[in-house]
Amino acid sequence: MVLQSSLKNCLQLPCILRTPKADFRSTTSGGLIIQSISNDVYQNLAVEDWIHDHMNLENQQVLFLWRNSPAVVIGRHQNPWQECNLRLLRQKNIKLARRRSGGGTVYHDLGNINLTFFTTRKKYERMENLKLVVKALKALRPQLDVHVTDRYNILLDRQYKISGTAAKLGRTTAYHHCTLLCNADKFVLSSVLKSPYKGLKSNATPSVPASVKNLFEEDPSLTCEMLLNAIAEEYAKQRQMDHRITLINPADETVFPGINNKTKELQTWEWVYGKTPKFSISTYFSMVYKDSVLDVKVDMDVKHGRIEVCNIDLPEKWLPPALCSELVKSLTGSKFCPDETATLATTLLRVCPQDDELHSRWNLLCENMIMLM
Amino acid sequence: VCIHRVRSCSSIRFIKSKYVCVFDKSALKFSHQQRLFRTSAVSCGQIVQFKLSDIGEGITEVTVKEWYIKEGDSVSQFDSICEVQSDKASVTITSRYDGIIRKLHYNLDEIAYVGKPLVDIEIDASKGVAPEEDVVETPPMSHEEHTHQEIKGHKTLATPAVRRLAMENNIKLSEVVGTGKDNRILKEDILNYLAKQTGAILPPSPKAEIIPPLPKSETVPAAPKDRARKIPVPVSRPIVFSGKDKTEPITGFHKAMVKTMSAALKIPHFGYCDEIDLTQLVQLREELKALAQIRGVKLSFMPFFIKAASLGLLQYPILNASLDESCQNVTYKASHNIGVAMDTEQGLIVPNVKNVQVCSVFEIASELNRLQSLGSAGQLGTNDLTGGTFTLSNIGTIGGTYTKPVILPPEVAIGALGKIQVLPRFNGKGEVFKAQIMNVSWSADHRIIDGATMARFSNLWKSYLENPASMLLDLK
Repeated sequence: MVLQSSLKNCLQLPCILRTPKADFRSTTSGGLIIQSISNDVYQNLAVEDWIHDHMNLENQQVLFLWRNSPAVVIGRHQNPWQECNLRLLRQKNIKLARRRSGGGTVYHDLGNINLTFFTTRKKYERMENLKLVVKALKALRPQLDVHVTDRYNILLDRQYKISGTAAKLGRTTAYHHCTLLCNADKFVLSSVLKSPYKGLKSNATPSVPASVKNLFEEDPSLTCEMLLNAIAEEYAKQRQMDHRITLINPADETVFPGINNKTKELQTWEWVYGKTPKFSISTYFSMVYKDSVLDVKVDMDVKHGRIEVCNIDLPEKWLPPALCSELVKSLTGSKFCPDETATLATTLLRVCPQDDELHSRWNLLCENMIMLM
Repeated sequence: VCIHRVRSCSSIRFIKSKYVCVFDKSALKFSHQQRLFRTSAVSCGQIVQFKLSDIGEGITEVTVKEWYIKEGDSVSQFDSICEVQSDKASVTITSRYDGIIRKLHYNLDEIAYVGKPLVDIEIDASKGVAPEEDVVETPPMSHEEHTHQEIKGHKTLATPAVRRLAMENNIKLSEVVGTGKDNRILKEDILNYLAKQTGAILPPSPKAEIIPPLPKSETVPAAPKDRARKIPVPVSRPIVFSGKDKTEPITGFHKAMVKTMSAALKIPHFGYCDEIDLTQLVQLREELKALAQIRGVKLSFMPFFIKAASLGLLQYPILNASLDESCQNVTYKASHNIGVAMDTEQGLIVPNVKNVQVCSVFEIASELNRLQSLGSAGQLGTNDLTGGTFTLSNIGTIGGTYTKPVILPPEVAIGALGKIQVLPRFNGKGEVFKAQIMNVSWSADHRIIDGATMARFSNLWKSYLENPASMLLDLK
């Protein structure tokens, strides 16, 4: 395959397809270990896509090692409003990405390592991969109490989750990726993975919350580098191949033709938010205005990330009904997004009588609506 | 007549499947219509139940999470059909066949079973059922051999593919002029022949017929000596463009713009433009930039433009006013809430800096920084987006010189700033010097603002910027 050979040429593959020794139990003898030089979650996810779509894994399996700067990664069929605190993410400038594999939501930062095992569809075997990781950890620190559960998690001390798993299967290839907590910021992790949004009803895949711990807490001498190397060594050992890790640049179009389009696609609103399965919100909020407290009930149906149906129940005559129905009409069909809502709501004020009282009531209502998103 | 043809086709479907969609010679005069029918011969296939294949790891059931196709869509082999999920694994199911989707066996979020039918696909009978195993893509066949046909004593050169094309269209090869080497008949020649017959633009060859590419020797353009002998036949390749118009509803930012600009239509605009020499301001900003940076603020030219505008509004408050719906009353706004047009990924937003009349240039710069970072993060609140009384738009950061900005109701004026260019100008002594020139284009509501007012305001604003030291005199 042309693509594969260009990858070969540019990376000067150190691994050689070895003929297996007279051991008929070994499965594959060809392998490639690559590590990303980028910490951009979208670029790294694009590498996974690229390998999944373009590489022929018949004679060669691939292990991809990567780390990301702070990001929350939701599963393919999840609802970001249900899974994390989007307001906090925006405030802290933490990226939100939707991966193509299934499973639950995870928080990534540089203290977390990601491993992706690429194989052909037939050779897809998650348990084997996780056992490999555990074996590598035990080789590094024999006293570590780590084991694989039947839910494909890795637990430390029988109670703390240090690794979560997800997988993607295509027509001919498959990949299994997992995280490994070395030294991540647990405080940020728990605060961003807590959703403040109430009244959400959805069929999206829910995450299963778990207590987490960093390997660093168990043994402060461990670093991400050490873990990556240990896992690479074990991978290479099991395939009787060179354990050298090849560094790759996910922005390099000569090695990965077409990858920048994949990176862009992963960042689009349509992918990150628009792929959310249909859901509904039924909630209320109280607004304090001058000396009174007002209750507002909001019902919305959101499909493809856009508001399909919108209903706002306000105390009568608090705001001109014509204006309210204009708001509902504007919101219908728009993205379920604070930015768009703010723009639409404030635009409506331009064509209204210029009344300070009206403006401040309107702003109060809109601010509260935005809090739902 | 055309409909009749389809019906007769479907009635012979089950009798002789290999003769599906073949028309007899008497239909030659409808040849172009026949070709169209061939491409859309839908009802001639058989329904195949495409079963959900093994996922691996002993999984027997999955949840259907997304359909990529719907009933009635046509699919090709290897197209994605749906996405299913099982225990943290997301699986893309691809089609094994070419055909048309006739039935989806599951709705979203339903459980689908391995080994049970997932979709029903109607496949082209002429194609046959693809093998169960994954098909390795084979290279296209090459037809090295050329068969000769003896007709009326002439040997006609054409590849089997070209012959098939001719036969399907009931064309006698002897009637076709060959433009290939040795008068060989090429595919283009058949198409030209047909085009001349019918005068119609032919549709592209249907997918089901894989006409293999002609071997290299035939596609090489004719040698010069051939050209001299060749009859100049106008080779007009049928141009087929398959792009489609795309219609989508207007939502979000675009909807907001439609509302705003439609309201702005009611305002009778007039424009006033001028040129500003920013040479001194450029130098001043250079000096102050570092100082602002130490205080953690990025200083652009906008804070100066905004402050100068506010000073001007103090002298010409009508520009900071609002006209009511019935045009009966004018409200002079006390606060100078100067809006700054921002171009974000999603579209145009106009947050405003509140009470510029009591802010220093530094405070304006700091507030602009805040609005800019909120704007790019999509986090601007309603308070920042409402209450504006006057707007400036710095389109010059992208480009342009003079423009015709549209007033944002309920305001009555707006200014658009072009880019700063280095141009030669004459100074007081008649010498040419390098000047930093920027153009400004004002628009104002002619119902309450006249040209003279706009001109005087602009001159005042211009004087502050051309001689920044003069701003010090009037700063409050």
